[in-house]
Amino acid sequence: MATFNLKINNKKHTVEADADTPLLWVLRDHIDLVGTKYGCGIGQCGACTVHVDGNAMRSCLLPVSQAEDMSITTIEGLSEDGNHPVQQAWKEIDVPQCGYCQSGQIMTASAFLNQNSNPTNSEIRDAMHGNICRCASYNSIEKAVKVAADKIS
Amino acid sequence: MNLSKQQTFSRRSFLKTSALASGGMLISFNLFTACKSDVKPPVDISQLNFNDFNAFIKISDEGKVTIFSPNPEIGQGVKTSMPMLIAEELDVPWEDVYVQQAVLDTENYTRQLAGGSQSIRLGWEPLRQTGATAKQMLVNAAAAKWGISPSECKASQGIITNPKGETLGYGDVVKEAALLDVPGEVTLKDPKDFTIVGKNTSNVDIDKIITGKPLFGLDYKEEGMVYASVLRPPAFGQILESFDDTAARALSGVIDVIVIGEKARIHLEGEKKNWTAQLSKSDKVVVIAKTTWDAIKGKKAIKAVWKNDSELESTESHDKILLDLLNGEKFDTRRKDGNVKKAFANADKILERVYESPFLPHNCMEPMNFFANITPEKVHLVGPIQSPEDAAKVVSDMLDRKLEDIHIEMTRIGGGFGRRLYGDFIYETAEIANKIKKPVKMVSTREDDMTTGIYRPAIKYKIAASIKDGKLTGYHLKEAAVNINMYGLIPNFFPAAALENYQVDTANYKSNITTGAWRAPYTNFLASAEQSFFDELAELLEVDRVQMHLDLLENVKSNPEPNIEYSPERLQGVIKLVVDKSNWGKTGPDVYQGFSVYYCHNTHVAEVADITMENGNPVIKKVTCAVDCGIVVNPLGALNQVRGGIIDGIGHSMYGELTFNNGVPQSNNFNSFQLIRMGQTPPEIDVHFVENDIAPTGLGEPTLPPVGAAVANAIYKATGKRLTKQPYINNMDLEKVVG
Repeated sequence: MATFNLKINNKKHTVEADADTPLLWVLRDHIDLVGTKYGCGIGQCGACTVHVDGNAMRSCLLPVSQAEDMSITTIEGLSEDGNHPVQQAWKEIDVPQCGYCQSGQIMTASAFLNQNSNPTNSEIRDAMHGNICRCASYNSIEKAVKVAADKIS
Repeated sequence: MNLSKQQTFSRRSFLKTSALASGGMLISFNLFTACKSDVKPPVDISQLNFNDFNAFIKISDEGKVTIFSPNPEIGQGVKTSMPMLIAEELDVPWEDVYVQQAVLDTENYTRQLAGGSQSIRLGWEPLRQTGATAKQMLVNAAAAKWGISPSECKASQGIITNPKGETLGYGDVVKEAALLDVPGEVTLKDPKDFTIVGKNTSNVDIDKIITGKPLFGLDYKEEGMVYASVLRPPAFGQILESFDDTAARALSGVIDVIVIGEKARIHLEGEKKNWTAQLSKSDKVVVIAKTTWDAIKGKKAIKAVWKNDSELESTESHDKILLDLLNGEKFDTRRKDGNVKKAFANADKILERVYESPFLPHNCMEPMNFFANITPEKVHLVGPIQSPEDAAKVVSDMLDRKLEDIHIEMTRIGGGFGRRLYGDFIYETAEIANKIKKPVKMVSTREDDMTTGIYRPAIKYKIAASIKDGKLTGYHLKEAAVNINMYGLIPNFFPAAALENYQVDTANYKSNITTGAWRAPYTNFLASAEQSFFDELAELLEVDRVQMHLDLLENVKSNPEPNIEYSPERLQGVIKLVVDKSNWGKTGPDVYQGFSVYYCHNTHVAEVADITMENGNPVIKKVTCAVDCGIVVNPLGALNQVRGGIIDGIGHSMYGELTFNNGVPQSNNFNSFQLIRMGQTPPEIDVHFVENDIAPTGLGEPTLPPVGAAVANAIYKATGKRLTKQPYINNMDLEKVVG
């Protein structure tokens, strides 16, 4: 057990955890930020996606010991009131079915659009391919990313 | 039933109103007592309290309406669509409605359940009747205030108006309304006057979902809660012999290591054994820890020894056993029309094919988990469950607690697909909490979830048709399934009654691998088999496959048969619609189309898949779907369900497969089990609903079954290869890409 200093959603947090604890479980169990979801634990499904220094990363694969000194953003910190263009697009299209994977989808899409605000259809499909939606809301996700891109650019 | 005319209802025993101390009015109703006209109230209506009703409407002094939605929400959209039905007849602006999940009533009622695509079909009348009753009481109260007859008042959008043009809001009269008698008869709206039903309505939890608020079972926490991870037998057929927990106990986050299983066996061996209790009889080692990660680490550190208790089964032996059953003589005949034997003896051509499907895990995105806190006063259970009523009964039996002590709260559910009809994870959690006397959250890892599931069992079909003088004379369907055969309604689905000689036979093999319902049970593969068979049959008969279906349905219309489940007219309707909308037969030479039509879960569906060949590989470009589910309650939610069902169906028929070797599942996470992803999703799913005024039916399942055959039939056109064994990818000489 060791002490780690984390910067999450522009707030400082100090947590006591084993060095190998994935950031995912630190967020969920230690800091009560449960919007980041557990899906597979091996980086295959994308449900746990967060932004680390602006890049989309799987929080299940990032040990807390390596997350210090990084700027971490979770779904709870993506915007003040759910008004990020991607969140608004998700709402407009009514993307979610069960909704469990959607925070990961939104975090992947928002990091992607940050780097490419005018993507082609195939770029959107490539960017979102790593996130599984078991309810298969893929067509709506694709459309919502396009709507969000229009809002941003 | 045609609802184009207004209907009146007089069943009121399921309703009760009361004034709230905080102001406003509470209308309590028992949804599922309301469904059955012959059910008597379980207790004196005047004595009912909160726990006796499973759904409520609360109207505040300000006119704001809270609707407590009774059924579990697994992504099928009922938490939005069921309250829409109440709000429609109550006649309030949807913006003024707040929806909250109701808790389980543990004692008196049935079907507070998500399964079988039945919530909307069964809720259609009682939910509207409840809204209409509340509206009538508010009108009666306003009329009394004005000293006029209620018939002189009009109510709309939460406002009551008298002939002079004076108005009162619902909130102005709730206190008086709550004291009135429940009216004996109310009139429901004509569907043409609907203002909420039929309008695109967003998921009621959308704001919480997009901002990551706690909603799901895995998100639920209580003060002092500990975490549990359960070590279960690695192979079906094995039980625990011994274990060494020294290394686990040495970990700083591990609080305790315990053994459970005894209470589960009490239930499994008792007289009250419930269908939801698909539990291993083995003891299980449970690590209790401070956090989820500590529990997972602790479990990995346990050294367990397992011993064989029954046969360790493998996919290879299942395949042989099921094929032997299909080729054998031991069948139960489930439906028999005419004389199939004679038709086949007289045939000049016979087409016979075998279709095969594998085991499938459900792979809900939210892994199985539950919360429990057990005290001498009550058993408090919180989490994702599709069948809370049965779960309460099992926990009561296992722990020898009174049923009224069991309190279950349903969270939003991160996917159900049938998996959460079975309560093994609740029963384990209850046994853990009972032992440690602390609030506890049991969390399954993805590996636990995939390897200790309640799977869709492997099923094989042999279908044979007899042809005489170029005409179809007989149809014989044989099923060989692991554990349980098709449910009783299926033999009466299409093509039952379309042919003079028709027979359905079933046989099964009892396995020690736990199996159960999986989105559209049985039909999820049977439709692929039958509709692939019809495609080949049409080719052999040299007739148009669409026309063949229309003709067979014409036979049904001219020989009406009361025991069939489907409507031949509605099936013909969706066929004609999909042919029109898909440009069937009129696409360019590079597009290969496959057709499929199916009825299940009270809904009629036809689908056409368009495929092109790219670099020698078939690529699904588009699926056109025609659906007849009666009135579409929420078009936005309906579109999500239809598309989701189609893509799920494509994914599992193309890629889904769980094999076993010596009792051990051979996939344990998404790097070894392929779920469909964005890149494999057809860019276009074009959905068309038949417009009519027929009472609505469900959409969670019925669009999934037909799509496998639509795809297989299109691939046949493109490649000349008939696909009969799922997952199709294994038989297409294509590389299987996982992850």
